[in-house]
Amino acid sequence: MEMVQIAVVVVILLALVKPLGTYVYHVFSNEANWTDKVFGPFERLLYKFIGIKNRDGMSWKKYALSFIVTNLILTAAAYLLLRLQWIHLFNPNGMEGMEATLSFNTVISFITNTNLQHYSGESALSYFSQMAVIMMMMFTSAATGFSVAIAFIRGLTSRGQTIGHFFEDFVKAHTRIFLPASFVITLVLVALQVPQTLDPTLTVKTLEGAAQQIAIGPVASLESIKHLGTNGGGFFGVNSAHPFENPNPLTNVIEILSMWVLPAALPYTFGRFAKSKKQGWVIFSAMMVLFLVCLTTVYAAEKAGNPVFGGLGIDASQGSMEGKEVRFGIAGSALFTAVTTAATTGSVNNMHDTLTPIGGLVPMAEMMLNVVFGGKGVGLINMLMYAILAVFLCGLMVGRTPEFLGRKIEPREVKLIAVAILAHPFIILVPTALALLTDAGRAGITNPGFHGISQVLYEFASSAANNGSGFEGLGDNTTFWNISTGLVMLLGRYISIIAMLAVAGSLLRKQPVPETIGTFRTDNALFTGLLIGTVLLIGALTFMPAVALGPIAEYLTIR
Amino acid sequence: MMTNNRQKRMLTADAVQRALKESLLKLNPVTMVKNPVMFVVEVCTVIVLLMTVFPGYFHSEDRIGFNLTVFLILLFTVLFANFAEALAEGRGKAQADSLKKTKQEVMANKLVEGGSINVIKSTELHRGDLVIASQGEMIPCDGEVVEGVASVDESAITGESAPVIKEAGGDFNSVTGGTRVVSDWIKIRVISEPGESFIDRMISLVEGAKRQKTPNEIALGTLLTSLTLIFLIVVVTLGPIAKFVGIELEVPVLIALLVCLIPTTIGGLLSAIGIAGMDRVAQYNVLAMSGKAVEAAGDINTMILDKTGTITFGNRMASEFVAVGSHVKSAELLNWAAISSLKDETPEGRSVLDYMKRNGLPFDTLGAEGGEFIPFRAVTRMSGIDLPDGRQVRKGAVDAVRNWVLSQGGIVPDDLTGKANVIASAGGTPLAVAVDKDVVGLIYLKDTVKPGMSERFEQLRQMGIKTIMCTGDNPLTAATIAKEAGVDGYIAESTPEDKIEVIRREQAEGKLVAMTGDGTNDAPALAQADVGIAMNSGTTAAKEAANMVDLDSDPSKIIEVVAIGKQLLMTRGALTTFSIANDIAKYFAIIPAMFMIVIPQMNALNVMKLGSPYSAILSALIFNAVIIPFLIPLAMKGVAYRPMSGSRLLGRNLLIYGLGGMLAPFIGIKLIDLVVHIWV
Repeated sequence: MEMVQIAVVVVILLALVKPLGTYVYHVFSNEANWTDKVFGPFERLLYKFIGIKNRDGMSWKKYALSFIVTNLILTAAAYLLLRLQWIHLFNPNGMEGMEATLSFNTVISFITNTNLQHYSGESALSYFSQMAVIMMMMFTSAATGFSVAIAFIRGLTSRGQTIGHFFEDFVKAHTRIFLPASFVITLVLVALQVPQTLDPTLTVKTLEGAAQQIAIGPVASLESIKHLGTNGGGFFGVNSAHPFENPNPLTNVIEILSMWVLPAALPYTFGRFAKSKKQGWVIFSAMMVLFLVCLTTVYAAEKAGNPVFGGLGIDASQGSMEGKEVRFGIAGSALFTAVTTAATTGSVNNMHDTLTPIGGLVPMAEMMLNVVFGGKGVGLINMLMYAILAVFLCGLMVGRTPEFLGRKIEPREVKLIAVAILAHPFIILVPTALALLTDAGRAGITNPGFHGISQVLYEFASSAANNGSGFEGLGDNTTFWNISTGLVMLLGRYISIIAMLAVAGSLLRKQPVPETIGTFRTDNALFTGLLIGTVLLIGALTFMPAVALGPIAEYLTIR
Repeated sequence: MMTNNRQKRMLTADAVQRALKESLLKLNPVTMVKNPVMFVVEVCTVIVLLMTVFPGYFHSEDRIGFNLTVFLILLFTVLFANFAEALAEGRGKAQADSLKKTKQEVMANKLVEGGSINVIKSTELHRGDLVIASQGEMIPCDGEVVEGVASVDESAITGESAPVIKEAGGDFNSVTGGTRVVSDWIKIRVISEPGESFIDRMISLVEGAKRQKTPNEIALGTLLTSLTLIFLIVVVTLGPIAKFVGIELEVPVLIALLVCLIPTTIGGLLSAIGIAGMDRVAQYNVLAMSGKAVEAAGDINTMILDKTGTITFGNRMASEFVAVGSHVKSAELLNWAAISSLKDETPEGRSVLDYMKRNGLPFDTLGAEGGEFIPFRAVTRMSGIDLPDGRQVRKGAVDAVRNWVLSQGGIVPDDLTGKANVIASAGGTPLAVAVDKDVVGLIYLKDTVKPGMSERFEQLRQMGIKTIMCTGDNPLTAATIAKEAGVDGYIAESTPEDKIEVIRREQAEGKLVAMTGDGTNDAPALAQADVGIAMNSGTTAAKEAANMVDLDSDPSKIIEVVAIGKQLLMTRGALTTFSIANDIAKYFAIIPAMFMIVIPQMNALNVMKLGSPYSAILSALIFNAVIIPFLIPLAMKGVAYRPMSGSRLLGRNLLIYGLGGMLAPFIGIKLIDLVVHIWV
């Protein structure tokens, strides 16, 4: 029965990929199509308002500069709003201004689409902050990632000097994708009893006569963009495990699908841009295969239960239910875990800290790879980067200078990719080592031994991959953790995006090489396999030694 | 000269000795730093050496034996890599040496103002000087013939013993220093300064003195460096992480892990592969001006081939006899044609008799017994025989024979020119046969497609390469030959401008084009093409414009050059894949070994069931070192290449070097461990 639950969700996703991918293609293809009629007038009003007259394409440098400056301004505004929270409207619970390092961490966390939360929404944020800071950045960071991914695709698939106009992409991502979709999902969630109100926290009298505080607020609207934008930052501290964020199995499925479907549709969009749907499916298949391996692993591990419990004489026949919600069960939790870390959403409906060692390894691995669907756009960019890498490594074996989509991969591209593949392990492993070496870092670790390593590794993997889920259990609201994860999130987001935009700018100017029978084909099953192999060899083996001391050692010692 | 003693150069005792010495010299960190992967290994070697020599400073007194072993293995890893590079370079040096021998100092007959001759050393000649070289003398310099006709023995450069005709004007006016005049004399204008001659350039090219890394090599080098940095991060951070759970990792163990993970195999062999690739081209007697040109050859999409000499033998096989004037096509014509060719050993001459015998045509050569053969001369453009009865038989170019007949007061038949033109316009070459004052007929020399050409073009098609034939023939003849040879396209009545046009058109579609050429008017097209191969017999302008020179002047060799270019890239890709795939097994050897003492359960990951932690680490390190010399022959020879489609080629190589690369170290490390475990 549980397998059926999972299968149904996967089938629905598969059915949505093509229509949604096509829709996204139409939104960004900049060729006249029906979506213009619906959204055009409103957008023209917006363009007029923000003063954009010509929307000619930008060079990659201008595009990168535009999105960085936009993000910078949004970050600065958000920081001020958090610090000056006490003067806000919509602050019925009277929240004070947020502490400096926590604010630093929080704004970076949300502008980078990470949503690592070192605070608890119900006790630290006013409703206004939830809406104007948190939700605003949930929209803008998702739209930024999406725009950049589309620009990257344009660089790979078209020829010329420009990769599109950032502000046009940014506006369209809002008006044609995130706003309408969140609107619909919000209403559905409200119908399924997720609260949406500006009333203050309720104080009710329990049956025993004690007074209980029940936090509520504009939850449904945040919940929808939280998943659609693969943000993951919860309204409440316990995120989607909270009964008001995710009240029942149906909302659970809706949330899973809303965070999964856009990243899953992007490879198809890419195929449309590349004028080779097969090429899109190849990328999708590689992601799906990796995903299914991860899902199966976490499900099997959780279903098998915790061997230590067996030793204690506790019935573990239904699997390891520690830290999971009874209303979701093993299947609903395992699927949510696999999807949220694949799509780098980072919302959780169960506590990842309490997953069995191998179960906990899965979300960690997905974040270390950062290519299994991945967050808004970034996952696709990373996967395409690995595709270029696979082409470069193996393409030589057909006796030609490696080429991807008819463009030669030459020193400039390899140098830029080298920066990106170097950055990811650097910003995970170096801070992990530092945290384990220093007293400031060790202070937050609440578990000794291998699980302690897992906690730290998870925290930095989550920050670097801009996932934002926590292994929890880590006492992370300290200056050390706020600053270190803040920096890791920044580097994790911008280094690879800028490097990849530069790759796009470089490929854009290349004279395409015609395809012949001697060409290395990248649109068949063999390449899917090669791509997976490259991801595992280059992306995964790097983390082997560290992981061996974390989850693997833990698994082997409690077996 | 070069072809013969080159093949077996690789493993002569002398070459090995030289390479061994070189590999020690290459330990110099200044040279080593150019190869970041191996430089990291060298630094690690020094660290372990210090730990072995000064154990007190590192608190490693109880590990001296292990550390010493690690040091030695690391040292050999570096030396093996150096040896591979030195060996590849050594082959080039050996060639350079044999070339230098031909560059003996010779005396030149310099023509000074006033017409007198001044004998000076060849090294004192300058551009623009005029020299005279006569029969038996060595040509002292590179130059252009400005006067005279002579046959020249170019075997020192080409290895081809048959002399070639050099004459002023036209496409055969360029001569190379170090070649010998066999007959007649020529006046030469010097075109190179001392030390810049063709042989000088050849020497510096094969010596690899000015070897520049190709773009692909740079890109791969960048990737290997970044992988090295990644693993450096992995290993450096592992110490503190392990310390958190109470595992103190020794530095030599971490170094072992690092050296095993970084791509030392490809890092050590990368430059050897590049040098050996250039060398393989040289073994085909083709001189590539840069490694980039060789790599570009692998990327070729379109090949432009001259019909004559490349696809066909050239106009030289007799295929028909045409009577002229009052003569009828009869035994008489056949007899004279046979008699004129009886002692003619040129391919054209032989083809006359071959054709008659093959087709059972009757002929009688009795009258030629005891006649005196008159060989072909560049000046007369005729050969023939003076019969004992006094009659003179001549065979040769139509106008030469006509002039000869006229000079004896004979009469030339009216239809000679017309019939000769018919043959010429059909793409053939007419040879006139005359006896004294009488022209008896024409021999129709026809182009014949070389055997095996259509198979080769089929192979090229499988590699995704399009062939375009260029010919001066009329469209009809061109179409016939094109069909017979199986090329993909042809340009009839082509001019050099047409070639440039085709090259530009193909390049505009993003294709890379290769072509061969020899004439001065080919030079712009050779320069425009991505890979231009000039014939050594061609003009200096052509050779300057091309990025490769074929010393044997065999235009069909372009096909081999493409194969070598592909092989070079494939070898690099195959060894990179192999090297990276090796890491999986090395992880399974070293990771459990590192942690097993503190976490005994880690033995579950010891899938190879290696004897002990230290034996596992040493075995992985030893495997990592010895795989380099094991692969040297492959790096030198290149991976086996047969023309096939990209997908099949990939599948095959992935199976061998990808899957093989994953499995081989599992077996290798296990076998080494069986031995090493006896001691540790």
